[in-house]
Amino acid sequence: MSIFLNKDSKVIVQGITGGEGTKHTALMLKAGTQVVGGVNARKAGTTVVHGSVELPVYGTVKEAVAETGADVSIVFVPPAFTKDAVVEAIEASVPLVVVITEGVPVQDSAEFWALAQSKLDASGNQVTRIIGPNCPGIITPGEALVGITPNNITGKGPIGLVSKSGTLTYQMMYELRDLGFSTAIGIGGDPVIGTTHIDALAAFEADPETKAIVMIGEIGGDAEERAAEYIKANVTKPVVGYVAGFTAPEGKTMGHAGAIVSGSAGTAQAKKEALEAAGVKVGKTPSETATLLREVYAAL
Amino acid sequence: MDLFEYQARDMFEAHGVPVLAGIIAHTPEEAKAAAEKIGGVTVVKAQVKVGGRGKAGGVKVAKTADEAFEHATAILGMDIKGHTVNTVMIAQGADIAEEFYFSVLLDRANRNYLAMCSVEGGMEIEELAVERPEALAKVAVDPAVGIDAAKADEIVAAAGFNAELAPKVAAAIIKLWDVFVKEDATLVEVNPLVRTGAGDIVALDGKVSIDENADFRHPHHAELEDTAAANPLEAKAKEAGLNYVKLDGSVGVIGNGAGLVMSTLDVVAYAGENHGGVKPANFLDIGGGASAEVMANGLDVILNDPQVKSVFVNVFGGITACDAVAKGIVGALAELGSAANKPLVVRLDGNNVEEGRRILNDANHPLVTLAATMDEGADKAAELAHAAR
Repeated sequence: MSIFLNKDSKVIVQGITGGEGTKHTALMLKAGTQVVGGVNARKAGTTVVHGSVELPVYGTVKEAVAETGADVSIVFVPPAFTKDAVVEAIEASVPLVVVITEGVPVQDSAEFWALAQSKLDASGNQVTRIIGPNCPGIITPGEALVGITPNNITGKGPIGLVSKSGTLTYQMMYELRDLGFSTAIGIGGDPVIGTTHIDALAAFEADPETKAIVMIGEIGGDAEERAAEYIKANVTKPVVGYVAGFTAPEGKTMGHAGAIVSGSAGTAQAKKEALEAAGVKVGKTPSETATLLREVYAAL
Repeated sequence: MDLFEYQARDMFEAHGVPVLAGIIAHTPEEAKAAAEKIGGVTVVKAQVKVGGRGKAGGVKVAKTADEAFEHATAILGMDIKGHTVNTVMIAQGADIAEEFYFSVLLDRANRNYLAMCSVEGGMEIEELAVERPEALAKVAVDPAVGIDAAKADEIVAAAGFNAELAPKVAAAIIKLWDVFVKEDATLVEVNPLVRTGAGDIVALDGKVSIDENADFRHPHHAELEDTAAANPLEAKAKEAGLNYVKLDGSVGVIGNGAGLVMSTLDVVAYAGENHGGVKPANFLDIGGGASAEVMANGLDVILNDPQVKSVFVNVFGGITACDAVAKGIVGALAELGSAANKPLVVRLDGNNVEEGRRILNDANHPLVTLAATMDEGADKAAELAHAAR
């Protein structure tokens, strides 16, 4: 088991002919992902070749889904075109859309999120889950990779990981490479994102393969505080936390558009305290966090 | 990016929000000329991106142009909470009958927008929200719909405007929404929004924050940047396309990925506790594709910071291979030559790490030390910075 993504997931790449799309399509295929095609309106009808695999390029997401049965789309198009690409995927009712693109205007993200929220299935559930934007995507080691996370850090295992940061995801997977991961998901550090810490925590709680969870946050917003409340009320599996940005000064954006301390809000200290109050052990450093995770895992 | 009040005022005017005349001045002479041009009573207002300027003496009413000259003399150069006043705005005096409040902003938690409105403006909105929360109407705005006529009516009704004022304020709110959406703002705030003695609604003071991610839609936003206030190293880094923030410590930090670099700053600060309290000197994220050129530009910025005594390069090779990063470091040091004069501690992990370490070992550069882990590297860099003091 895993969350959101498994070996049966069929993936199309929006922006498959661009530089990033080309590079990462190859890496996703290498990781065993069932990439089944791509979308580029100007190159519809052509194919792209990666080794022994020839992938069709479609003019629209709708067409790509109809032809391939894809249930996942990954978006590599530039920021100026990201909103339209995501809207197209939502309108084609793709169940999972992973938006890698960095630098998407926040009003564009708010707009496609509003659209995603408004499209419900017969039982009232949102049709399209969005991960990102500005994220490394999702990996279910040994099964599939939809994103840019290196596939060779570690393999399958009992740990679930949800993180705002890409390279911290890699660092933590590396620290815990002997244990391995059920799924590792990078949700992105933008002010408006699709899948949240809470969504991933809920899914890991429900996933029988996941035995313990690592949650990585960073300064800005109050997502970690809300996740802490959620954990207290709903999560029975052990959760270990890490928050980056204790030394970040107020008013300076630290690389991610959402990583900024404004006034007393969004500090790493406040997030750490909220998580600890919810019974989450919080490491001061990535290595200490890994040690804490080993302790809680050993005690299971 | 936060804008100055005068930039917000100009933006309001461009989108049809009613404002009063305002002219900026950098010298008392310019202030006097501006006051003469506007005529009558004016207000000399310090242009700083921080609240509380009125209490700090940064806002003064001038009955004559000579008074405007005097006030500008006093206000220009003033320090308000660490912000030096380089510019004043000479604003037309207003005949204020009533003060209101309006803002619309990105609501991160709810992933939509929030409009806030009150018939009690003027004071600090944080205070109003705490002391009399019932007086501050909060109305969610759907990003797919925005503030249309119906939403504007809902906002003014929630705030409790009377039947005479409601349509006038609603009209102003629709214009302010135009500013928010057409300029890709994350905040548009008017405090106070006033009713004048003549019964007009006017935005007397405005705050606007714009989303720099949307600059590709707004080429003119580049002109709004306050280049005078930028740290020279930050300006240099920005020119080179680097994501750099200057801090106060002595350990230069370079890493890949915003989260890992933030984490590195923390780990360096913790390590510094054992080495005389040294702290990180900067945030520098070289991003995913760390080419030799990007590494050289990054090292160039950091080594030019006189406060830097040692440098910690912390890279987890994800898509970027460690051998490319190592080649980047060796190439950068060769390029910089004698300008590279501070010890470098390098920690590499991930993709092609053995090859990366081999390249650095073979280069055997006297300034470079390899560290096996992030913690070890931070400790070594802190130790070196402390020793070099």
